[in-house]
Amino acid sequence: MSTLSLTSAFSLLLKRDLVLAYRRRAELVNPMLFFVLVTAMFPLGIGNDAKLIEAVGPGVIWVAALLAALLSLDSMFRSDYDDGSLEQFMLSAHPVSILVLAKILAHWLVTGLPLFIVAPLLAVLLNIPASAIPTLMLTLILGTPVLSLIGSVGVALTVGLRRGGVILSILVLPLYVPVLIFATDAVKTAIVGIPTTAQLSILSAMLVGSLVLAPMATAASLRISLS
Amino acid sequence: MIIRFFHQMGSPRYFYGVAGKMIPWFMTSFLITLLVGLYYGLFVAPADYQQGESYRIMYIHVPAAWMSMFIYVVMAVSGLISLVWRIKMTEVVVISSATIGASFTFLALATGSLWGKPMWGAWWVWDARLTAELLLLFLYLGIIALHSAIEDKRVAARAVSILALVGVVNIPIIHYSVEWWNTLHQPASITKFDKPSMDMSMLMPLLIMAISFKLYYGAVVLMRARAEIVERERNTRWVQEMVEQEVK
Repeated sequence: MSTLSLTSAFSLLLKRDLVLAYRRRAELVNPMLFFVLVTAMFPLGIGNDAKLIEAVGPGVIWVAALLAALLSLDSMFRSDYDDGSLEQFMLSAHPVSILVLAKILAHWLVTGLPLFIVAPLLAVLLNIPASAIPTLMLTLILGTPVLSLIGSVGVALTVGLRRGGVILSILVLPLYVPVLIFATDAVKTAIVGIPTTAQLSILSAMLVGSLVLAPMATAASLRISLS
Repeated sequence: MIIRFFHQMGSPRYFYGVAGKMIPWFMTSFLITLLVGLYYGLFVAPADYQQGESYRIMYIHVPAAWMSMFIYVVMAVSGLISLVWRIKMTEVVVISSATIGASFTFLALATGSLWGKPMWGAWWVWDARLTAELLLLFLYLGIIALHSAIEDKRVAARAVSILALVGVVNIPIIHYSVEWWNTLHQPASITKFDKPSMDMSMLMPLLIMAISFKLYYGAVVLMRARAEIVERERNTRWVQEMVEQEVK
């Protein structure tokens, strides 16, 4: 049975998760819908002062993205934990961290990428100038995978708990702070028209760093949660 | 000899006994250094030429802030040891440290805002080091919450160890990102070892207080560890015998 190579195991798992997500299309829309709704709540809360909305825009979009990512995290390992397939992954001959990476990638494609797609619309809603929208998109495409990667450690630690949701947010939100800071700063800098290479480089560094470290921590956490 | 010592310290029963003998030593030396440090800090050290008397809260605030970081590192190191070598006693240290670390972090935040009111005119400002300390408090609370949520305490200890390690990787990143984000805190005046920008008469009490806080941590972590050991080992013979002795 272990004739399956690592790359084909990776792509099989990825394909399986994507198919599973596609079969439940209605759920696919939810994180995106949540993202749009939360963002739309802010102008209602702070009043329709165009200047003010423009000033808080990048922060609002990113906090909403953070919450949307957080809310969708729980589904990353939930169904596999419930039906026991997670234990089968643990028993497989392949390194668990690579298999975990496939699951995180699938999860990000399903929940993170949609945020990236609706972001320009929200940017227009919040008066963010068109010149800054490419930077916003860049921060989202660099930042949301980091959210999924860091979040996966938290999910792996809480997957066995009955009411893991609240604890998950306590564990994960403080770790999201650096992404939030650099991403919003990049967008704000872009609005003023200053180059944002520094912030984007740091975001890329975070992505690379978490890509290497998070799957290992997640694999170790899953082993503990399943023990 | 040393290896044998560490081997024995790994046994709950031996650890329990040794810890019991060490606590009084830690406690007395803590009380002595506390009294000396407070006396020199509050009465002997001169008033600051800019901040007057209110700078004296630093003698609590700064050691508490140091402890908040020190304890997190202790937790991460013992977490690593317990994950790699599966030593029960380091698991106990991780758990016992979390609440103490959270208390010190809270103390640092509370004294900081008490100092901030007369100095900055506000209880709270979103300044870099305050924010980083607040996030550290959240990390501690996350660890405590995770530990209390998992029923099996051995599993909980290992889960918490991983979380502490993830946190310790992130703390420098959080620290520098927050620093970059905004700063109006005065720069650290102690870290420059070659030439501290503080007079010796003010510095000495601070260092004594720092030692005193470490001794306090030593005493309390051992107490909490002993309680944790008894709870974990309640079904073993030696604990039951010990309890019977107590009852008699």
